[in-house]
Amino acid sequence: MVWLIQAVFSFIAAAAFGVIFNAPRKMIIHCGYVGMFGWLLYFLFESNWTDTAQASFVGAFVVALLAHILAKRFRVPMIVFSVSGIIPLVPGGSAYNAMRNVVENNFNEAIFFATRAFMTSGAIAMGLVFAEVMMQLVFRFLRRKRIQEIVE
Amino acid sequence: MELAVDSCLLAGRLMIESGAETYRVEDTMSRMAIAQGLIGTQSFVTPTGIMFSLGKDGSTRLMTIRERITDLEKIALVNQVSRKLANAELTIEESYEELQRIASAHLLFPIWMQFIAAAIASGSFLILFDGYWQDVPAGVLAGGIGFLVVTYIHDLTRVKFFAEFVAALSVGIVGFLAVILHLGIDLNTIIIGGVMPLVPGLLITNAVRDMMAGHFVSGVSKGAEAFLTAFAIGAGIAFILSFSGGLF
Repeated sequence: MVWLIQAVFSFIAAAAFGVIFNAPRKMIIHCGYVGMFGWLLYFLFESNWTDTAQASFVGAFVVALLAHILAKRFRVPMIVFSVSGIIPLVPGGSAYNAMRNVVENNFNEAIFFATRAFMTSGAIAMGLVFAEVMMQLVFRFLRRKRIQEIVE
Repeated sequence: MELAVDSCLLAGRLMIESGAETYRVEDTMSRMAIAQGLIGTQSFVTPTGIMFSLGKDGSTRLMTIRERITDLEKIALVNQVSRKLANAELTIEESYEELQRIASAHLLFPIWMQFIAAAIASGSFLILFDGYWQDVPAGVLAGGIGFLVVTYIHDLTRVKFFAEFVAALSVGIVGFLAVILHLGIDLNTIIIGGVMPLVPGLLITNAVRDMMAGHFVSGVSKGAEAFLTAFAIGAGIAFILSFSGGLF
């Protein structure tokens, strides 16, 4: 039940961001799927095995992979899918808690949350870049294979 | 040849203004140039201006960028034009016309639809971030109002920082009032959900990817823009919290 709720709402949230960012109309549903899969993986890792940073890495990695695949398939820039998919992973909660603790003069707590927000954004960035590099390697490999087949 | 340069610059401008990654803009411009037989062109793209040179003997053109919004559909359309041009499905005249049509078209969803989307997104985030179901109406309202405020104040003043500050402030006020009037329970999750539509997600992702592609000027300036936005949101929320801090 928890999973269903998480899936449905992450789908809605990502698709709504597709509308706010004016994604091409036919792609909005796909934006939702990308966001949903990214969030579900994040949720799976975060609630079972790891800290938010590692979970965000996994989520961002999956979002970027899916974005690349869909971008190839529909021939639109990958940014269309990656942006709305990434949004649920943005460390809004940690950043907010950091801010709140600063205001309340709890500076130790504030630094803890700020560091976590920073680590999480770094992890998201790493996830995006890793996926990008991996896809480039895969595509290069596939292209080389195809050229070889044509030559033979 | 002039037309080819114009098209390249126009395509670049449209993409930057709509929020595309810098390296993709340069890539698109050089593909279009090569499709027109222009070899050895150089382009230098930053979020605030594009320089495009035809090489040693050619002219160099400069185009400043003043306004940047997020419009993924425009990026996709320009991408399509450049792809068609490269595959010789369009002539340069046709693609220039097409680009101009894209430039003057207003493709954004109507404002009420974006408002509803922002409101729904905020409500969904409230649930995703472990909020109470009773808080959903307050979260929806806070997110929607925050989005409306940022849009209108930005149209009015053209100062992004101020618009975001006031928007975060109004999200905080709505959340605060909801809790005071017992229409909501947890101020924290209401505010976190409510500010999500303001979060500079596109800027952050683009900043990182530009940096990784070696575009340090663009990466740092987009990072600065994202930081400024985050700071504006934080300041607005902090403002509310510092007054309500004693109550919760």
